Amino acid sequence: MSQIPAAKQGHRPVAVVAFALSHVVRAETNANEVEMLMPVVHEVFAKAGITKDDVGFICSGSTDYLIGGPFSFVTALDAIGVWPPKSESHVEMDGAWALYEAFVRLQEGDIDIALVYGFGKSSLGDLDKIFALQLDPYTMAPLNPDLVSLAALQARAVIDQGIASEEDFAAVAARSRKSALSNEFAQVRRDDSLEDLMAEPYAVSPLRRHCLPPISDGASAIILVAGDRAFDLVERPAWITGIDHRIETHAIGARNLAVSTSTAKAAEMAGVGEGPVDLAEVHAPFASQEVILTTALGLPSDTVINPSGGALAANALMSGGLTRIGEAAQAILDGRAKRVVAHATSGPVLQQNLVCVLEGA
Amino acid sequence: MAERVAVIGVGQTYHRSKRDDVSIAGLVREAAVRALEDAGCTWDDIDAVVIGKAPDMFEGIMMPELYLAAALGAVGKPMFRVHTAGSVGGSTAVVAAHLVAGGIHQRVLTVAFEKQSDSDAMWALSVPQPFSAPLLAGAGGYFAPIIRAYMRRSGAPLDTGMRVAVKDRLHALKNPYAHLKMPDISMEKVEESVMLWDPLHYLESCPSSDGAAAMVLGSEKAAAQAEASTGRRPAWVHGMAMRSEPTMFAGRNQVNPQAGRDCARDVYAQAGITNPREQLDCAEVYVPFSWYEPMWLENLGFAPEGEGWKLTQSGATSLDGGDIPWNCSGGVLSSNPIGASGMLRFLEAALQVRGLAGEHQVDGARKALGHAYGGGAQFFAMWVVGADRPE
Repeated sequence: MSQIPAAKQGHRPVAVVAFALSHVVRAETNANEVEMLMPVVHEVFAKAGITKDDVGFICSGSTDYLIGGPFSFVTALDAIGVWPPKSESHVEMDGAWALYEAFVRLQEGDIDIALVYGFGKSSLGDLDKIFALQLDPYTMAPLNPDLVSLAALQARAVIDQGIASEEDFAAVAARSRKSALSNEFAQVRRDDSLEDLMAEPYAVSPLRRHCLPPISDGASAIILVAGDRAFDLVERPAWITGIDHRIETHAIGARNLAVSTSTAKAAEMAGVGEGPVDLAEVHAPFASQEVILTTALGLPSDTVINPSGGALAANALMSGGLTRIGEAAQAILDGRAKRVVAHATSGPVLQQNLVCVLEGA
Repeated sequence: MAERVAVIGVGQTYHRSKRDDVSIAGLVREAAVRALEDAGCTWDDIDAVVIGKAPDMFEGIMMPELYLAAALGAVGKPMFRVHTAGSVGGSTAVVAAHLVAGGIHQRVLTVAFEKQSDSDAMWALSVPQPFSAPLLAGAGGYFAPIIRAYMRRSGAPLDTGMRVAVKDRLHALKNPYAHLKMPDISMEKVEESVMLWDPLHYLESCPSSDGAAAMVLGSEKAAAQAEASTGRRPAWVHGMAMRSEPTMFAGRNQVNPQAGRDCARDVYAQAGITNPREQLDCAEVYVPFSWYEPMWLENLGFAPEGEGWKLTQSGATSLDGGDIPWNCSGGVLSSNPIGASGMLRFLEAALQVRGLAGEHQVDGARKALGHAYGGGAQFFAMWVVGADRPE
């Protein structure tokens, strides 16, 4: 146990031992949600060298509004085949929060291994119409504000408060797309010049097309293991040494959209600033949001941001946050990093945020 | 290794078919404020909020918890949303309890709700899906054939379900929060009501309700503080579990699902219960359709397989002289804000062992079961609560 780094939350150490994700694409037309998810689940079991019989707890994240029907999680669970019956739970949130529930569940000592997954197909509907239904049903949803316009309001606040410029947004997009060239699972992989990006017309001012995430279908999965058993499965488990999440008010007019107080609080609770950060996977669907989040996380200047390309290169809803944790953990599993930070977001314009610190032994 | 968990405050709304006096935020806040008052604490004392409800399409709002953050005092705190079908009210309580058991938080506010009048659950359950047979019948149509199978296997008399329908509505008369108040309920009235899904008459089905439930769950330290300031004792969680199995496969026992039996076995083992009928004083069990009382009596080990109906027929499950009263609050048959229905079972079990159930109190209740199920009866959540602090 002496090899395991101390954690800020929980008294039983928990590690990511395996991560798998699907090739994130604009429209997965050859598979339904479950068919898209299952190869990922099989792969994550294979990577951990376990089967579903070894798993003591299953937790998933998905949302009914992407498929437009109730109980999107049920068919996935049926396909995994929870027989004999299993201890299982589901969050109507990104899979990152499913991982949080599993982390908590592993604290009590009766269960050692958990499967976590998230999945979603954005290609099935109109995201602007769908996400308008996520807003206050009495005062905001009837106005039907679309995702990009809300993000543009936020980006305008960032510019007006002198935090960043449109050129900074373009630089974030260019770096993300270029980093994605080395990530075969990403969707937008290209080397763009800043000049070309700045020459694009506005999508919604001040956001140009490159500031927007792609529309994506995808799934990802993680195996969590508690205690020494993690060393039986992999050489370098990625220990969760800090994890916390916070929410802000839903009233957009009551927030300073250019800052993320919930991310800052979660980062403080997770202990982001208590050591060096080799790399950070930040869940920023819009380029303007990455600027807000890296500031709120308090990342050192030498931290590598989103080497996977992040959400600007692959924006699979409901698994995007979990994928950030998986990508960050993979760097430890591979021996490429010692201490990493992952972040997940949910709700309109960064309303809710989760921060996870992972370390190698 | 787990920390002890106590229920230190509970609150619920007055459940009605339409609560058009409140928004959804007003509805959940009504329950939450009552739970905080019961726990003798304020919003500032709460470390995290865990909220659950049935499918978002029931109200037509995607992830409504986002908009409810301020109404539930969650701003600046962790807010967590659970969705596990009809069992969700129970699952939400279990997820919240694990935050205390796992040593993460001292006090967690857990809330569940449904505002069924804002939409139409039947419609939401019947949206056609590619490559799937449409349900088109709501939950009653789904469960009626399973009930028929139970009747055939057990040879239960035809009036068994009607007895449950009458008994739970009589119980509801003693619960000020219950939705249905039917002082003139009788076997004749149930039998004369329209046949919805044979063998289920209209009055053997749960209502459609607006309502919310809330609990403050606390650590041992939080429980001591609450008891000192309010003079009301907490309910202690003696065991809790969730189990799921696939919706359907060849040979699946839909009448007496394995996941329900496993979940009960797990909870009883944690709580040291070997004979639930003798060792428990009462139970709040998710019975949305009358016949699920005899079926769950067997599934939960209160009666041998095929004999649950004998307890119902003998009056054993009645608050009026029964040895193991079930659903003294009136149960889901009397109030059904779907997402909250499971949490109400957990909450009512806690009320009983705290001795605070008022007119529907079981004298001297020390240990009680709270139960919820969902989906096609493949999702289960349960807890056993007791008046005494567990070993």
